[in-house]
Amino acid sequence: MPELILADFHVKRLQVLNEKGEADPELLPELSDAQMWRMYELMLLARIFDERAVALQREGRIGTYPPIRGQEAAQVGSAFALTGKDWLFPSFREMGAHLTLGYPVAQLLQYWGGDERAQKAPPQLNIFPFCVAVGSQIPQAAGAALAARYRRDPVAVVTYFGDGATSKGDFHEGMNLAGVFNLPLVFICQNNQWAISIPLKGQTASASLAQKAIAYGFEGVQVDGNDVFAVYRATRQAVEKARSGAGPTFIECLTYRMADHTTADDAGRYRSAEEVAYWEERDPILRLERFMEGRGLWNPQKRDEAAARGAAIVDAGVAEMEALSPPAAAELFEDVLATLTPRQAGQRKVR
Amino acid sequence: MAQLNMVQAINLALAQEMERDDRVLLLGEDVGRDGGVFRVTEGLLERFGADRVLDTPLCESGIMGAAIGMAAYGLRPVPEIQFMGFTYSAFEQLFAHAARLRSRSRGRYSCPMVVRTPYGGGIKAPELHEESTEALFCQVPGLKVVVPSGPYVAKGLLVAALRDPDPVLFLEPTRLYRLLREEVPDGEYLVELGRARVARQGGSVTVVAWGSMLERVLKAVEGYDAEVLDLLTLNPFDSEAIVASVQKTGRLVIVHEAAKTCGFGAEIAATVAEEAILHLRAPILRVTAPDVPVPLAKLIDHYLPDVQQIRSALDEVLQY
Repeated sequence: MPELILADFHVKRLQVLNEKGEADPELLPELSDAQMWRMYELMLLARIFDERAVALQREGRIGTYPPIRGQEAAQVGSAFALTGKDWLFPSFREMGAHLTLGYPVAQLLQYWGGDERAQKAPPQLNIFPFCVAVGSQIPQAAGAALAARYRRDPVAVVTYFGDGATSKGDFHEGMNLAGVFNLPLVFICQNNQWAISIPLKGQTASASLAQKAIAYGFEGVQVDGNDVFAVYRATRQAVEKARSGAGPTFIECLTYRMADHTTADDAGRYRSAEEVAYWEERDPILRLERFMEGRGLWNPQKRDEAAARGAAIVDAGVAEMEALSPPAAAELFEDVLATLTPRQAGQRKVR
Repeated sequence: MAQLNMVQAINLALAQEMERDDRVLLLGEDVGRDGGVFRVTEGLLERFGADRVLDTPLCESGIMGAAIGMAAYGLRPVPEIQFMGFTYSAFEQLFAHAARLRSRSRGRYSCPMVVRTPYGGGIKAPELHEESTEALFCQVPGLKVVVPSGPYVAKGLLVAALRDPDPVLFLEPTRLYRLLREEVPDGEYLVELGRARVARQGGSVTVVAWGSMLERVLKAVEGYDAEVLDLLTLNPFDSEAIVASVQKTGRLVIVHEAAKTCGFGAEIAATVAEEAILHLRAPILRVTAPDVPVPLAKLIDHYLPDVQQIRSALDEVLQY
């Protein structure tokens, strides 16, 4: 009997901006100069926020913090394609996405400072709390997408996770649900190539993460995660597809975590300085600067001005966070249940 | 009023609530076309359509996680896990997320869902199909745990659970599904969560039980002046009713079909020790399964507490 080919696949990779900051005009998304500037400013803000958060941790002013350095394009580029009506199920390393959507700086720092009260997302944003358990937000996003479809709301549900999460069962269960029910769901994998000390090749034998979507019956694409335009372009398409009822998309943003896993980690134990230097050359902010300079949109003075604005925003957030009075012991009982049980009520009274 | 078994009573509660509230949706393995492995959801797909009764892939964590997302979005999902032993695959979703969503989002999101799962032993089913590990779930703040003991309370408790603003684990004792028939009103009624029911009045010993053990306890106490409390909700549990009864009777026997160590009986005993120790005239006794995994069919009758063991415990505390 002749062997039959049941299916044939290919995996796409999208890049708009190369390392030198040169753009493919065919692929460059339609963005005004002002929008490009906004993207740049947001990436810069994310970088400044991140540097400050690490410094605050070192000074003992906040707790353990997971840096986002190097992932600004993946985060800002994707969140730039969303609106406040869309639903976001983040992991814990997407503060750049939060900042893009207007999440208050003070509240982000308050959370990493260990204050429960910071976990309440602003009412205008449909952002789930940070998910410290790896990958468990993925099926939850599938549920919200099911609900959105049931309600016939033209919204997209977006879930963020890292390369490590693709090894977990919940990734499979969420992807499978999305495929089976053709859900309005966008999976954004920030493949930063390290799950603490385990490199990508220790996480999967796949040639790409994008190809995993094929097995679930929907489109998967790898984008250059340090190319803000490629990330934006892919996310915008996926979000529009979701909102129109055309189903899920998996986007692998191939990027790099330039910093440690968290402030409690020392990445020098498991990866080489050469590797980090290689990726520093591919810094997403540097790449956008080169592109914008070529278009006459950028110069060092404008950068300094934008950096000063970003620093002022972060300064104000730090001041606001530090002016908060500490939570009272009774806060322990807040929102555990809609109505406290008699035992909880008794325990609350004596605290 | 119709004489219904527990399967029919639960089906009726689901149908009536789905009729009343379009936010109520069912999801799970085989809940639709097949009507669930115990036929509890039979007919609901035909009546409410595939948008409301979702046959899912085989994925307990996915079902539980999806229900959390649906609940946060504003629906009232009712995920079914086919057997309690398979909720273990969904522990992370239940413990780390469903139970904590209101708290960790500081009230921005809540998780009003009812996880239905058949539970308990005595149906000659394979491994992991007869678990009674309810105490595991009671340790988790933010999750309510409800165990009906018959058709009437099953309907009223389920309606109350479906209207509760927080996640509820609804454990349906499989041994009782078709064992008992009771008059179940067709009209709306709720059995309040968190309240025990006095299943039998008595003056010389209090027996606390829940789920399928209640039926066995009621047989065992024939001829004794025993007061039987049917706990109905394990978290939050009605400590007031237990303490009040023990203050009256001075003796306490707790019966559950789960293993003894760290079983829910330990919580009850500790509570009575804290709040009513001077009323006790005898040690608190627990009649439970031994601390071994739930066995297969040939040994299940040696595992579950039987009428004679319950009577021995009653005799012991009464003669102390």
